[in-house]
Amino acid sequence: MHGKKKWYASLGQLLIPLVAMALLILFNLLRDPGFFSIGLATNSSGNRVLTGNIISIIDSASELAIISMGMTLVTAACGGQDISVGAVGAISGAVFVKVLQAMGSISVGSVLLGLLLCCLATILFKLFNGTLVAVFHIQPMIATLILYSCGRSIAYWINGDATPQLNSPIISTIGMTLPGIPVPTPIFAVILVGLLLVLVFRLTTTQLYTQTVGINQGAARLNGIHPTAVKLLSFALLGVCVSVAAVTGVCRLGQLNHKTLLADIEMDAILAVAIGGNSLGGGRFRLSGSILGAYIIQMLTTTLYAMNVAPVNVKAYKAVVIIIIVIAGSPVVKSKLTALWAKFRTGKSDSIRRKEAD
Amino acid sequence: MQNDAVLTMRGICKSFPGTKALDHVDFTLRKGEIHALMGENGAGKSTLIKVLTGVYEKDSGSIQMEGIQGDAHIHSPQDAQKAGISTVYQEITLCPNLTVAENMFIGRTASAFVHWKDYEKRTDGILQSLGIPARAKQELSRCSLAVQQMVAIARAVDMQCKVLILDEPTSSLDEKEVAMLFDLMRDLKNRGVGIVFVTHFLEQVYEVSDRITVLRNGELVGEYPAAALPQVELVAKMMGKDLNELEDLAQVGQKSLGSRETLYEAQGLSSTESRPFDFVIRQGEVNGFTGLLGSGRSESVRAIFGADRVTGGRIKIKGKPVRITRPHDAMKHGIGYLPEDRKRDGIIADLSVRENIILAMQVMKGFFHPMSRSQMEKFADEYIQALKIKTASQDTPIRSLSGGNQQKVILARWLLTHPDYLILDEPTRGIDVGTKLEIQKLVLKLAEENMSVTFISSEIEEMLRVCSRLIVMRDRKIVGELTGNELTQSQVMKTIAGGEL
Repeated sequence: MHGKKKWYASLGQLLIPLVAMALLILFNLLRDPGFFSIGLATNSSGNRVLTGNIISIIDSASELAIISMGMTLVTAACGGQDISVGAVGAISGAVFVKVLQAMGSISVGSVLLGLLLCCLATILFKLFNGTLVAVFHIQPMIATLILYSCGRSIAYWINGDATPQLNSPIISTIGMTLPGIPVPTPIFAVILVGLLLVLVFRLTTTQLYTQTVGINQGAARLNGIHPTAVKLLSFALLGVCVSVAAVTGVCRLGQLNHKTLLADIEMDAILAVAIGGNSLGGGRFRLSGSILGAYIIQMLTTTLYAMNVAPVNVKAYKAVVIIIIVIAGSPVVKSKLTALWAKFRTGKSDSIRRKEAD
Repeated sequence: MQNDAVLTMRGICKSFPGTKALDHVDFTLRKGEIHALMGENGAGKSTLIKVLTGVYEKDSGSIQMEGIQGDAHIHSPQDAQKAGISTVYQEITLCPNLTVAENMFIGRTASAFVHWKDYEKRTDGILQSLGIPARAKQELSRCSLAVQQMVAIARAVDMQCKVLILDEPTSSLDEKEVAMLFDLMRDLKNRGVGIVFVTHFLEQVYEVSDRITVLRNGELVGEYPAAALPQVELVAKMMGKDLNELEDLAQVGQKSLGSRETLYEAQGLSSTESRPFDFVIRQGEVNGFTGLLGSGRSESVRAIFGADRVTGGRIKIKGKPVRITRPHDAMKHGIGYLPEDRKRDGIIADLSVRENIILAMQVMKGFFHPMSRSQMEKFADEYIQALKIKTASQDTPIRSLSGGNQQKVILARWLLTHPDYLILDEPTRGIDVGTKLEIQKLVLKLAEENMSVTFISSEIEEMLRVCSRLIVMRDRKIVGELTGNELTQSQVMKTIAGGEL
């Protein structure tokens, strides 16, 4: 009964984002093959680094990709989104900078301590959100609206100075490139967070519990799962993601600007989750989908800039493309496509479906 | 149309996707009578009322009202109200933060200028004439639930209603308040209002009703004068059994258990949904809770499993006192629970058959001990074969399986945890006959292997077949316990109905 799965079946929800990505690549190939050229250059700190649109897309999508992963978990468990990730990211950045300033000198140790403390602080803020959602059953959007509106003020209080500078080779190493490695460091941050989450999934039942709670909270409880704890956990993991993204963002610029750090990232992150084929209503999820979604969004932005679209117009063009992707992945279109597909299938697979319907 | 009838419904049909909710149902309400509409959950009572009040549009049939020529066109709740049909639902639909007078007249004032002074005066008059202990200027939320309900009725009466529908009006009232409500109902009846009374409290039906209409599975069973229908016959009609047929049906059930050890024992166990009760089950015993739907049988087993918030009681397992306040506690003590509503509480619809099978087992293993993929596949395969679950693959989402196969998956989920005590609430509902028998046989086999099972089913034959002891519930109380020779259909029904035959 367990026939070998077809390759397209294992793709599942990734099909649409993969096709979208492929079309974007194809479009750029036809438009200007030079779009994909990769060069080698020496940057300001004397490192040999790869350059080119592709590298810059992967590099600048890093914060978004990291936060999308956390957003995926919260979405899956709570059936709602956290819109305060950008503002809380500003707080994370402020805590990181504050710790470094308090330590006096910037060393590997102080950076690690800063990262640790800013991670803890961020988790606390996210647990505040999580408590409102999981314990008080407030809708995630409302629960996170509070920090969305006041998070950047808190960041400002923590660091009175508007834009504290961090001048250290260690900082630019984290934000730009490692000596001897021609790939931008933020890419490694994405891989690190990805591996961390994979590790969490391997060593705990987080993935199964999160999906179960997201699909049917009542039934989850009747099977001995604690829905509140699962939701809080998803917010805590989002906290880890936000803090890593914030530190990456601060190091990238070598300064903290509480107004622009991770600005507007919440909406892009939610979008990445949706483009990745994950239901915003919670339940089943795939991190790879959201990561793919993040790179699609960045690729789109870079493509538009490469076409010399004026920055004010970029958002409008982006919106049009995203509407198309989201509609293509919508349940209505999906069921239409499935019905069409069913017509092409042979009698053998028909009999399987009949068995399923029995 | 009979000349004293205020409402005549003929041949009412209403279908929903997949079910025929009403199949040619007739219903006649006379002037100045209290008419009880009876039936188990899902019999079609609320559908009939929703058709009558314009919430649902009927597929076919006619509704005639006194004083209206031809078919009364009821397509919306407003139409129903205009035709003189008012409904008071079990949950109050008034505005608690407005005054009584405002609640009486809100939405009924024609002009933009409202003379609240006049309305308050009128309200006080109505309240007084109906003997309702409330004042016009009082905020509604400061009245008791019973009085709020009476205010809702007063509003309906003041709107010149000819038909008053009371849907489970007594479910949240205490005895004194019920008596007060019944006085009001009798008063209205004498004023010529026709009252449709929907309730699941059997005694209350006989206290006030003149006539009873019984529905079952969307069909009309019949209309009877209350005085001519003994309570036990009413129960038989609601359940669809002919009393004479039942007398000599042999039971195949479980053999005598001898003196086995007690596995689970509860004293005064209560939850937010169930009243305190005592309960014992021995090792290898199959017993069951029976009673009409809504009698509290599901709530009792939910309390045992900690599914609702447990509010009191002492529990012993194998003689040792234990605390079970949430499902996880119960699972740790070897209790499994297959819930009544498979779709709502059982399946995790979007997860695969495999994940649905291993879920409870995984929870028992703990958060830091996730099962490997190969382990999951092994268990899933084993149980898919053992229970003959029909599925395209382990990866198929459970929602695309048939009801019977979904139920088997949930059953597999609990069997995999190897419980000492398994609670099955309606495991065979909505399942084809073949699967039903399979599940019954499985239960008896498990009991032979020394598992204790509590089995609940709406079908009495089925319970007689598998249970060696039946606990009978009525109105949320245990009213009897049947074993051995007492396990016959007629005896069960007598006990459910209470009183003499």
